[in-house]
Amino acid sequence: MTLAELTGDISSIGYGLAAIGPGIGVGIVFAAYIQATARQPESAGLTRAYLFMGFALSEALALFGLALAFVFSNPPA
Amino acid sequence: MSVSILAKEDLPWPPKVEDFYLDPLVGTDPWVTKFTIMMWIAVAGLIVLFAVALRKPKVVPTKGQWIAESVMDFVRGGIGREIIGSKGDRFVPYLTVLFCFIVFMNLFGIIPLAQISPMTHIAFPVVLAIISYVMYIFVGIQAQGPGKFFKNHLILPAPWYLQPLLIPIEFFQNFIVRPVTLSVRLFANMFAGHLILLVFTLGGFMLINAGTAFTYGVSVVSFAMAIAMTLFEFFVALLQAYVFVLLTGTWLQGALADEH
Repeated sequence: MTLAELTGDISSIGYGLAAIGPGIGVGIVFAAYIQATARQPESAGLTRAYLFMGFALSEALALFGLALAFVFSNPPA
Repeated sequence: MSVSILAKEDLPWPPKVEDFYLDPLVGTDPWVTKFTIMMWIAVAGLIVLFAVALRKPKVVPTKGQWIAESVMDFVRGGIGREIIGSKGDRFVPYLTVLFCFIVFMNLFGIIPLAQISPMTHIAFPVVLAIISYVMYIFVGIQAQGPGKFFKNHLILPAPWYLQPLLIPIEFFQNFIVRPVTLSVRLFANMFAGHLILLVFTLGGFMLINAGTAFTYGVSVVSFAMAIAMTLFEFFVALLQAYVFVLLTGTWLQGALADEH
């Protein structure tokens, strides 16, 4: 017996799952930068490069998810 | 505004990967496409900016000289001296040209009539990442010697019985994941940006074509989002160029430093 049937592609669901972790990570990176700047405003310039570095490194995982979602998708012929 | 701007059948909906492959401009083989032309324009822009603006540097700078000098100063202060350190000035010309080239290439994504960045094809970021990668290894071997360079990048201070586990991980991280992420980051950002713009712009036309009063109203929201995302893309274009150069600077810093 078939209860429900789905057609299409689940690679975009995979991308959604892959974006959870980097989303949290990027949030933590910016939260930490704001907190550091609020506590010590003169350190803003000092830590900005590390802000973008941490942002870029955690964002890379989401972008891998995006690229792989297209790689493993099965476009309807 | 005329309602039937584009017929429903003409709209490439939904946006797909095939939309990124443009037709060749000359002949049938894709040797000369819009991307080729855009890259020539970007290179010409770079040459004009730096060769013409800095040919006869004056104490009181002209406008072009001021632009070229402030970009160079930004890279030297933000990356050369702050990240790489005292030996960083050597790499400032390369990093500046890299930064400007990526900015020019990325900005084609939002310039009218161009409307797609060459960086949406991974071949362009891969070549730039290979240049940075070769430079990183070359500079590291030159500064530390091959033995010390690979020892610093492969062997962590850990108990000897963990080394069989750690060395492959370090190798994978430093010599495989690094260049791959560097190129994929730039490519995927530009790719995703163009896809988002396609979704909102074509979505607006699709809503107009749907032909009810409600969808006319929603299509306005869709076009407004397209404009907002275009402004966001401008920010992403600059940010990703900065990140690319920043990470290249971090590699060079690791290659020049004696210890971790």
